[in-house]
Amino acid sequence: MLEIKGLSFSVKDEKGENKEIIHELDLKVEDNRLLVITGPNGSGKSTLAKLIAGIEKPTSGKILLDGNDITEMSITERARNGIGFAFQQPVRFKGIKVFDLLRIASGKKLKVSEACGYLSEVGLCARDYIMREANSSLSGGELKRIEIATVLARKCRLTVFDEPEAGIDLWSFQNLIRVFQALREKISDSSMVIISHQERILNIADEIAVLSDGRITAKGSKDEIFPTLIGTEAAQDVCARLK
Amino acid sequence: MVELTEIQKRLIAEVADLHQVPLGAYNFRANGGLAGRNTTANIDIQSKPDGSGIDIRIKPGTKNESVHIPVVLSETGLKETVYNDFFIGADSDVTIVAGCGIDNCGSQDSEHDGIHRFFVEKGAKVKYVEKHYGSGDGLGKRILNPVTEVYMDEDSSMEMEMVQIKGVDSTERTTLAELKKGASLVVRERLMTHGEQKALSVYKVTLYGDGSSADVVSRSVARDDSYQKFDACIIGAASCKGHTECDSIIMDRGTILAVPSLEARSVDAALVHEAAIGKIAGEQITKLMTLGLDEHEAEEEIINGFLA
Ligand SMILES: Nc1ncnc2c1ncn2[C@@H]1O[C@H](COP(=O)(O)OP(=O)(O)OP(=O)(O)O)[C@@H](O)[C@H]1O
Ligand SMILES: [Mg+2]
Repeated sequence: MLEIKGLSFSVKDEKGENKEIIHELDLKVEDNRLLVITGPNGSGKSTLAKLIAGIEKPTSGKILLDGNDITEMSITERARNGIGFAFQQPVRFKGIKVFDLLRIASGKKLKVSEACGYLSEVGLCARDYIMREANSSLSGGELKRIEIATVLARKCRLTVFDEPEAGIDLWSFQNLIRVFQALREKISDSSMVIISHQERILNIADEIAVLSDGRITAKGSKDEIFPTLIGTEAAQDVCARLK
Repeated sequence: MVELTEIQKRLIAEVADLHQVPLGAYNFRANGGLAGRNTTANIDIQSKPDGSGIDIRIKPGTKNESVHIPVVLSETGLKETVYNDFFIGADSDVTIVAGCGIDNCGSQDSEHDGIHRFFVEKGAKVKYVEKHYGSGDGLGKRILNPVTEVYMDEDSSMEMEMVQIKGVDSTERTTLAELKKGASLVVRERLMTHGEQKALSVYKVTLYGDGSSADVVSRSVARDDSYQKFDACIIGAASCKGHTECDSIIMDRGTILAVPSLEARSVDAALVHEAAIGKIAGEQITKLMTLGLDEHEAEEEIINGFLA
């Protein structure tokens, strides 16, 4: 279970003045739950994800994982304690192969067959990708799926996916929904957070939270929140977006 | 075959990936003397009459054979210069594995300067692998100054893999190549320097024939207080293609000087050079930390991948 208590985060803007991006935010994600966070561009969703993963340090407030205060923990310690994070914009590496990323993520001597399993789960033909470098020769959508596969290989207590659908084409999007549905089935005593604008992803949530301007403005079960979002900017289905 | 010491065996494993006597032709040199040799029906190895090195002759049409010529130095204060000539027969397809390992636990410098000349005949295909490795914690330096000359006849091709990852204090590598019509040369250099090490790498490749091509790519990492210089010049004197690239990661207080250069002597020469030097990208380290590595482990993975 993840608990966020009174979390604030500010940065220095161009003029050197403090600009608060997250304001005294409280949020709880229970075990065996999929929470989808949605909200307008620039509302602070990725920043919140980075605060959870330890990439950014809060100005005040606490983050607890299974009751343990992890606020002061480094990125590495949090990862080792079971926090997983799939980046909105995956990082490219010169020379590091897709297999290496999966091996590092799994934290053990990974068999090629196991690595292939993770790639198949995200709809990539493993044979074509496993020995490729995770560099700029991969398309945005391919990298995005590899990013998701590496997080799957970690088997975390809490996994945050930041806009997993971005860069994934319409056809593959169906597949991706199935991936997340399957993940939701297997979630058991862990929890998942997906940051997304997609109706189809909102639709598989147990709970939905709306973040705007660094504050949670609504949170509740899918059935409660989802109807209030239809037609708003926060929930656009793929077709509407393409228009 | 002379009995090798454990240190020598370890050095050979490092530079030639050999854990036992290889199949095919080989010539082992240990502490300035011959430690073992094997020839085959197609590959002959002879010592030069004046004892300055060896001649390796590969018969035309020889396919899928290999030659291993590792050199190990495990005595302190040894300094040697060796001339090896390779005559690679027309239309053959062979792999040559050279390499030098120096273990210096003493206080005097040990140095091996290998001068290799390759005469690659028409249509021949060569894969050449050369690894350098140093070990031992003596004050004496481990020095390697290889000179490689490559003369490529029409439609021949050569792929050279040059690796120096550990333990060589000072190295000055010079590679000269001349290519005739349709010949192609690919060089992949990987280099890592530590401590106070110095590594200079000079390439001069001249494309004389129409349709010839050269691709010289170096990836390197300079750590601690080490110094590297990469100086690659491609000369295009015909309708040809040349590309040189130096991609380096700089760490700690390292210094890297990259001087790629091009000289076109024909309007049909297409020549390109690229050089990039930078530190490890912070977001790469961050990403690997979110996968559970600490900062140091993340750096090692990034470097290992980069140099793989
Ligand atoms: N390090 C920083 N320095 C200055 N401003 C920042 C920094 N990090 C985030 N911001 C600002 O904070 C706000 C929230 O950014 P964030 O990336 O979290 O938004 P988001 O909700 O993920 O948006 P999107 O939907 O576009 O991905 C933005 O206005 C952004 O410009
Ligand atoms: Mg974002």
